[in-house]
Amino acid sequence: MLKRQYVPLFVTVGLFVLLFAAGSFRYTGFFSLQVLMNLLIDNSFLLIAAVGMTFVIVSGGIDLSVGSMIALTTMISASLLQQGWPPYIVIPLVLSLGILFGTTLGAMIHYFNIQPFIATLAGMFLARGLCYVISINTITIDNAFYTTMAQTKIRLPGNTFVSISVIIALLVVALGIYMAHYTRFGRNTYAVGGNEQSALLMGLPVARTKIMVYGFSGLCSSLAGVVFTFYMLSGYGLHASGMELDVIAAVVIGGTLLTGGVGFVVGTFFGVMIQGVIQTIISFEGTLSSWWTRIVIGVLLLLFILLQKLLGERRLAERS
Amino acid sequence: MIKHRLFWPICVLAGLLLFNLIYSPDFFSIKMRDGHLYGSLIDILNFGSPLILVAIGMTLVIATSGIDLSVGSVVAITGAMACLSISRSVDQNALITVLIAVLAALLLSALLGLWNGLLVAGFGIQPIIATLILMVAGRGIAQLITNGQIITVLSPKYQYIGAGSLFTLPFSIFIVAVMFAAASLLTRKTALGLFIESVGCKPTASRLAGIRSRTVMLAVYMFCGLCAGMAGLILSSNVSSADGNNAGLWYELDAILAVVIGGTSLNGGRFYLTGTLIGALIIQTLTTTIYMVGVPPEITLVVKAVVVLAVCLVQSDKFRRLFRGRGGRGKAGNYPANREVNPHA
Repeated sequence: MLKRQYVPLFVTVGLFVLLFAAGSFRYTGFFSLQVLMNLLIDNSFLLIAAVGMTFVIVSGGIDLSVGSMIALTTMISASLLQQGWPPYIVIPLVLSLGILFGTTLGAMIHYFNIQPFIATLAGMFLARGLCYVISINTITIDNAFYTTMAQTKIRLPGNTFVSISVIIALLVVALGIYMAHYTRFGRNTYAVGGNEQSALLMGLPVARTKIMVYGFSGLCSSLAGVVFTFYMLSGYGLHASGMELDVIAAVVIGGTLLTGGVGFVVGTFFGVMIQGVIQTIISFEGTLSSWWTRIVIGVLLLLFILLQKLLGERRLAERS
Repeated sequence: MIKHRLFWPICVLAGLLLFNLIYSPDFFSIKMRDGHLYGSLIDILNFGSPLILVAIGMTLVIATSGIDLSVGSVVAITGAMACLSISRSVDQNALITVLIAVLAALLLSALLGLWNGLLVAGFGIQPIIATLILMVAGRGIAQLITNGQIITVLSPKYQYIGAGSLFTLPFSIFIVAVMFAAASLLTRKTALGLFIESVGCKPTASRLAGIRSRTVMLAVYMFCGLCAGMAGLILSSNVSSADGNNAGLWYELDAILAVVIGGTSLNGGRFYLTGTLIGALIIQTLTTTIYMVGVPPEITLVVKAVVVLAVCLVQSDKFRRLFRGRGGRGKAGNYPANREVNPHA
């Protein structure tokens, strides 16, 4: 018997398979392992950011600052590298900045009772603005380490390859799954998202969990920024603009409830993959323009929210 | 007097204006040229008018403890729609063409608002999510209408909406004045404002009290869509073109910011239209000031962020308590279980 809580997850996986199959039937050359690998290569940064966002949304919050944080990371990395800083200092530095940024937002949200939406909105403005303070132009990166990271192809059986970013992204997904389901932190996150008041009464460390969740999201978005820097080999204030929405959409399509308490990192993985497949189909179609992606994602978002609503109401009806 | 809710917003606005006065003495000078009034103050009102319109609609939505993230997309869609229908016609300057285009665009914006309202009131989806759908898809739709390009129109009659002037003042100021007066009168001189506030406090309770809470919510989202539509018309007519990609970008955030600065809590149940008006003027004055001082305009975002944070912190009870010392803290506050937990919107 299928557990009801897994239904959205199966719908997501099923939809991904369906979309991929539809693409394979319609376009020659679509059904290949490399197309699948390209989905990972082109969306690795989205995947990393989405893992962090999953935790935030499961905890009942939202983080609008991820896109700007990615841009800020590319900007700081590029400008520091340009001044001759070595990568082994730059990367840890931007990652710790990400943690600091997220933790600060989390602390504000928890201790001052500011809605996550508004606090991270301010964070979004701040990070995007700081990008422009650094420079309003694109800063290109010609650092040897970064170009190696960008160009290295890891050969896989079946004559396919992936980039190093994909390995990082998959590691983050694995870490996310482990953290969500096998650690105390993960259980606390679900508990806080389910009902903060109950979690408090149960004696769970609500403050620490909430702040850590935002810190983790900050870390994920700055790591996504590092991977994005590998991908673009430049820093620019307009990089990843509007990406927070793609990330939120991926998490929702992956079956995570926006009210908090329910969700799977695996679902998020497939949510990102579905967005990637849609983009690939649109680029294979050729005549369809890129803005169809946004419309299709909007429609999918609606369908998944309605599905969750339906399942949620049935669950409530059963309980009462 | 310090207790008055408009005290701090007005102080900020006055402070900004005072800074401008000291920095550049002719800030307040208004000149008459070719029968039009010119000056920085007029500019602030003129360029701020779309934001004020969107913020008025947003105030009412937030009052029902909702939020509308799709306003930026609605701005882009209505601008695109109006410009498309004008550019398709034979005589772009014919009054009937412009009228039809404007009415069609406004109708469309009200329909988009109705869509949001249906999702929120009909299906009971959280407002932030329900409107996120149109926010994501809307910009795609706007680009679909403009076919990914910038549509330019040659129609002085259409341009009048955003760039024309009436009684020596920009015409857009009159649009804002009419909408503001209408919203204030409807909500403060009739029971509608009370209905909206009661729905914002608790939709179920207000329904049991005999208020059609769903109808109220639908109406409020439609009104918000309509306001965004008007802002879209002003913005696109001001530059005589529609850009599906950039028109109204980040308007939702500015509008929410204006509402919050104006003292309306995001938890709903209370709203202050005058506060919103002042909030929007603060944002526009801030932008103008930054341009005038010669700071790179990109830094506006950082300044806005700092303002949002400061306003949120000042609104937060816990933050104020921190500065007021222990005097305000009751005995009950020491037990974790008694701490208030606010579920976010």
